Amino acid sequence: MSVVPADVLAGTPAAQGGAGETPPAELGPRARLWPSLAAVYRAQLSRARVARIPLLFVATFQSVGIMIMLRGVVGGGKEAHSVVAGAAIVVVAFVALNLLAQYFGQLRAGGGLDHYATLPVPPAAVVLGAAAAYASFTVPGTLVTAVFGCVLFGLPLGNLWVLVAVIPLAGAALSGLGAAFGLLAPRPELATLLGQLGMSAALLLGVLPPERMPQPVRFLRDLLPSTYGVEAYARTFDARPDWTLVGVDMAVCAAVGVVSLAVATWAYRRAAVR
Amino acid sequence: MSERAGQALRHGDDVVCAVRGLTKTYPASRGRRGAPGTDEVRATDGVELDVRRGEIFGLLGPNGAGKSTLVRQLTGLMRPDKGSVTILGHDIVAHPERAARILAYLGQESTALDELTVALAAETTGRLRGLDARRARAERDAVLDELGLTPIASRPLKKLSGGQRRLACFAAALMGERPLLVLDEPTTGMDPVARRAVWSAVDRRRAERGTTVVLVTHNVIEAETVLDRVAVLDAGRVIACDTPAGLKERVSGEVRVELVWRERAPLQVPEVAALRERAQESGRRWTLRLPPDEARAVVATVTGGDAFAALDDFTLTTPSLEDVYLALGGSARQGLVKA
Repeated sequence: MSVVPADVLAGTPAAQGGAGETPPAELGPRARLWPSLAAVYRAQLSRARVARIPLLFVATFQSVGIMIMLRGVVGGGKEAHSVVAGAAIVVVAFVALNLLAQYFGQLRAGGGLDHYATLPVPPAAVVLGAAAAYASFTVPGTLVTAVFGCVLFGLPLGNLWVLVAVIPLAGAALSGLGAAFGLLAPRPELATLLGQLGMSAALLLGVLPPERMPQPVRFLRDLLPSTYGVEAYARTFDARPDWTLVGVDMAVCAAVGVVSLAVATWAYRRAAVR
Repeated sequence: MSERAGQALRHGDDVVCAVRGLTKTYPASRGRRGAPGTDEVRATDGVELDVRRGEIFGLLGPNGAGKSTLVRQLTGLMRPDKGSVTILGHDIVAHPERAARILAYLGQESTALDELTVALAAETTGRLRGLDARRARAERDAVLDELGLTPIASRPLKKLSGGQRRLACFAAALMGERPLLVLDEPTTGMDPVARRAVWSAVDRRRAERGTTVVLVTHNVIEAETVLDRVAVLDAGRVIACDTPAGLKERVSGEVRVELVWRERAPLQVPEVAALRERAQESGRRWTLRLPPDEARAVVATVTGGDAFAALDDFTLTTPSLEDVYLALGGSARQGLVKA
């Protein structure tokens, strides 16, 4: 008995591709970008209830705590602006960078990417949907932190609306980075480590007023995408904010977001098909 | 042209999935400090298969036989080094992204769905298979109802038992009505009710739409009852491919005798001592594969005299797929079933 199973011998038409003689069957529909992005976003958001609320609380509590501690050290004026803006953006960094890196790291290690890779969904939809959901998780914490900070340091609440632009843009930049970390790290522990390091950097370099930092540290601070989110928000506390500079800072966030999300999408493709 | 080739021509139209010369080698890894390196491994080695429309085609083999690697190559998750995979006329090696539009894959892991509710897992999967929102909701309701999952539809997968979670993942795999289902151990951990729900859902789709199933399994009993045909894999090669009954016919000349001793085998009995080298020993248990008359003689020996005093239990059974696997020279002597 031959090991060739279903009565096929080399050289017969059937051996040259089985169903090759008949026209190929019609393929199922491809999932389009926006509907599938919306589906991933909705699914991810639903996880918030079960899995994310305690972590959101931790993120907010951490930022509020930092501001209370710095209240005794930092007087007012420019330094206070940095502290409040920095603490608000740290919430974004904690969730979008750190937690998303962990999520993708675990998904990749646990074989969860196979599920998405065997669905006809554009890679960008999975990455952007997850990133958008994580960025959304940060909204309540960031708002609470910002309002609390303004009250604590006696800053005006009038320009709080700028967070409507700052959160998505900083969120895009940081969640893109987080997704790329999670998908590129060869092991989930490394993804977690990278996420934590990124979060620590955003915390240390974002919250402390830059005026007191030595030059090399300030250079490092300039390399961090969260810095531009912090600066954009901090500038709006000025008596007469320079909106051009705010716009430039947000444009940097947007550019980093586009690049890092593109890298994350590439990393997803690479991780999904081995 | 031989008669078999002629049959192949007649079956040609009906072949859903044709695999030719599929080979994948994992490169050797260099050892790190303290850990030795591994040799190059041929995970699949010249695999040839034809899966016909409407059949449940099984892949049976021990751990590490190459079943999962083969399935990953069928589903476009892994590129083979050599060979071809053609599913419904589409070349999956050249266009792996087309696999997602022809087949549904149920992998062993549920990490991607774990935190979703049962309903949302099915609905989202349907949306990502290209269904519009209304269709996805309607299909979700139908599939959950069919599988008896409606009462737990609003519970997250993480909170369910292993079998229920598996059934929820199976529900997700049914969304979008694909003509080919690739299921990797779908019934692991399920109770008989859930298991029956799975197979009747599969049967319904086979009858109504001619759905084809490629099933990876460890479970020999399930393999014998649900599979139309089965390919036995060993060390990356297909060592046999036939109907379960056809495979069992190959070893129909043999009977399996299992002897369980109370403490140890009575080796002072010469007949028992002579049997020892033909037996596969596992603690107090001896397994022998013998022609029927020899088996009868063995039973006569152990049920009388000194040997009987040492005997705790014995069974005589007709061959199962597991015996077929061992008779075919499968390298894993412990058999197919996970310990």
